[in-house]
Amino acid sequence: MAAEDNKNQQALATDEEILTYVDHLIAECREKPGIVIPLLQITQKKYGYLPEPALRKISHELHIPYSEVAGIVGFYAYFSIQAKGKNVVRVCQGTACHVLGGNEVFAAVKKELKIDVGETTPDGQFSLAVGRCFGACGMAPVIMVNGEMIQQVKPSQIKRILRKYKK
Amino acid sequence: MIKLYIDNQPVEVPANTSILDAGRGVGIKIPTLCFIENFEAKGACRVCLVEVKGAKNLVAACSTTVLEGMEIFTNSKTVRDSRRFVVEMLLSEHNGDCKTCLRNDDCELRQLASEMGINVLEFEGEPAPQNIDDSTPALIRDSGKCIKCRRCVTICNEVQGVGALFPQGRGFYSSIGPSFAENLAAVACVQCGQCAAICPVGAIIEKDHIAGVWQAIDNPSKHVIVQTAPAIRAALGECFGYEPGTLVTGKMVSALRRLGFDKVFDTNFGADLTIVEEGTELLHRLKKALVDKQPVALPQFTSCSPGWINFVEFYYPDFLENLSTCKSPQQMFGAIAKTYYAEKIGKRPEDIVVVSVMPCTAKKYEAQRPEMSHNGIRDVDYVLTTRELGRMIKQAGIDFRSLPDSKMDSPLGISSGAADIFANTGGVMEAAIRTVYEIVTGRPLPTNQLHIEPLMGLDGLKKATLKIEGTLPEWQFLEGIELKVGVAHSLTNAVRIIDAVKKGEEFHFIEVMTCPGGCIGGGGQPRFTTNEVRKKRIAAIYQEDEGKTLRKSHENPDIKQLYAEFLGKPLGEKSHQLLHTHYKAKENLKPT
Repeated sequence: MAAEDNKNQQALATDEEILTYVDHLIAECREKPGIVIPLLQITQKKYGYLPEPALRKISHELHIPYSEVAGIVGFYAYFSIQAKGKNVVRVCQGTACHVLGGNEVFAAVKKELKIDVGETTPDGQFSLAVGRCFGACGMAPVIMVNGEMIQQVKPSQIKRILRKYKK
Repeated sequence: MIKLYIDNQPVEVPANTSILDAGRGVGIKIPTLCFIENFEAKGACRVCLVEVKGAKNLVAACSTTVLEGMEIFTNSKTVRDSRRFVVEMLLSEHNGDCKTCLRNDDCELRQLASEMGINVLEFEGEPAPQNIDDSTPALIRDSGKCIKCRRCVTICNEVQGVGALFPQGRGFYSSIGPSFAENLAAVACVQCGQCAAICPVGAIIEKDHIAGVWQAIDNPSKHVIVQTAPAIRAALGECFGYEPGTLVTGKMVSALRRLGFDKVFDTNFGADLTIVEEGTELLHRLKKALVDKQPVALPQFTSCSPGWINFVEFYYPDFLENLSTCKSPQQMFGAIAKTYYAEKIGKRPEDIVVVSVMPCTAKKYEAQRPEMSHNGIRDVDYVLTTRELGRMIKQAGIDFRSLPDSKMDSPLGISSGAADIFANTGGVMEAAIRTVYEIVTGRPLPTNQLHIEPLMGLDGLKKATLKIEGTLPEWQFLEGIELKVGVAHSLTNAVRIIDAVKKGEEFHFIEVMTCPGGCIGGGGQPRFTTNEVRKKRIAAIYQEDEGKTLRKSHENPDIKQLYAEFLGKPLGEKSHQLLHTHYKAKENLKPT
């Protein structure tokens, strides 16, 4: 979850800062084979998502078509090209949560935030993601906000829970 | 050599041969929807499954190499059932309607389904998401029809080095296309259409201009003329069951007349004109460099191939000055048709409709470029690919095979053999040298059949050096000079030659054609263009060239007349207005 804390500080990085950072990264590993995915991972860890200038830079410097870089990014669910909001809400869709009403919780979160999975609210406060079991099945259904687990959630509580995080 | 058995037949093949190729060698056809000759097998479509004795599972014949003593079965019940299952699964999500699909006569998926006797769809799957990208003037992509075989990805990346296409996303929702499902027009696609030529189904097709052409023909107030590129005559026959490499020039002219064109002319005329202008331009550049000692962009690059122009504009703007300022033969023809010819027949240019038949999809893009017009009137109005012309002839109910031969109309229909060879790699260069050498020395090129051997054939990169001796007084500054020329076809080879230039290798003139083999292998040609087909079409083109008495562009009497009556001299003021242009860097496109 350190990545997400880091992201909060980095969310406002300028294109120039991003390019300098990626340039520095590539300089260290340019010759290594199979370096694209690690580069993407490190970049996403730093910014919480993959900013376009970073992807363009990776494509250009490593002589890989941008369509191919995009293909790699799109293949892995882990990678995101959407800037994340200040708070990342993950709703567990694992089996136990699903059975105990996870879907209703999910619907309530979507309704409250008015966004779908992978999207960010226009005010930049919240992003919505799916979780695939947080290992807390005994406390299902659970959601996670910025790494903080909230247990036995009821749809009616969603509004109050999320309000706490809004600054 | 490896010895093995295919369907109990003993077979001997070199090591590293694939099962697919080993089978083909002994006449056993193993179906495939993704394999392309000379490229690493992707194993993407899974249609080429075969049984190997002792192996746990069926294997893909394209991506499995033979081993000593292997016993392979290509026609067992398991193989037949499995292949059929694979094709049924492809059909279950194939989101297209064969009844109205442009590819219904040459679709490989439909043909395979038919061969396998699939006449009921056992599985009704969710159809693939359908996104239609008709953003470019040349091509239409339909993700619903795509079977994700990745042939286009191979061609775009490995042959053209453009990289506009790649699989995006994952699983059922994956699609083949530019980054993050962008439209083609947003990225630096050169619109060569090699993807459309290799697609097994109707997922990438040319933008059809047939309706517009019929409308023009049906409009009595329009004078509709047609020009056919040199590469058409060696390929159009394939649309009507002729062997590749069958010349059908005479039948093609008859068909065009029957379609209702008012005059049937020849892009070859534009090609001869291009040679006179472009050859003169080369001599001017050389004079500027050698005599006037002024800075001038050398080597000069040919500018006939619009995909290549797009490529330089985006990827190599530093070399824009090296491009010949000559418009392509298609555009020169159009410009002359709407001025000189219009005057001759007493028509206003706006009442003349110029239709081109091209082996190329990028020509559709070229024709609508703002540079390609004069006083707001486009040089060329409609561009049909060879395939579209084939369809039009069928629409008109013309029995192509029984047509008599006829000749092109005058004055824009006479051409030299030098113009014919514009169709293949090395041809523009050879045509230019035939003229330039004779201008400079007053003697014909002293080679066998006027050919330049090292520039012929399918090598990706070809070079020749020609010593100029016995110059006429006016060209004395070229005496003893070694003219160095290069030829590249397909854009990865263009990159190789540009790299050589950057490293300091000396060239005076370089021909680049976008497509492998040149225009005879263009993105608008009948499917499918293999190297064998390329060779046959090229042989036909040389046959056309050698069969003419007129072999050099500058000797074309109608070209001479055009200069005498209208243009004045090569690179003169009128030429500059009508036949030349300048290209600019494409800054608004995103890298692929």
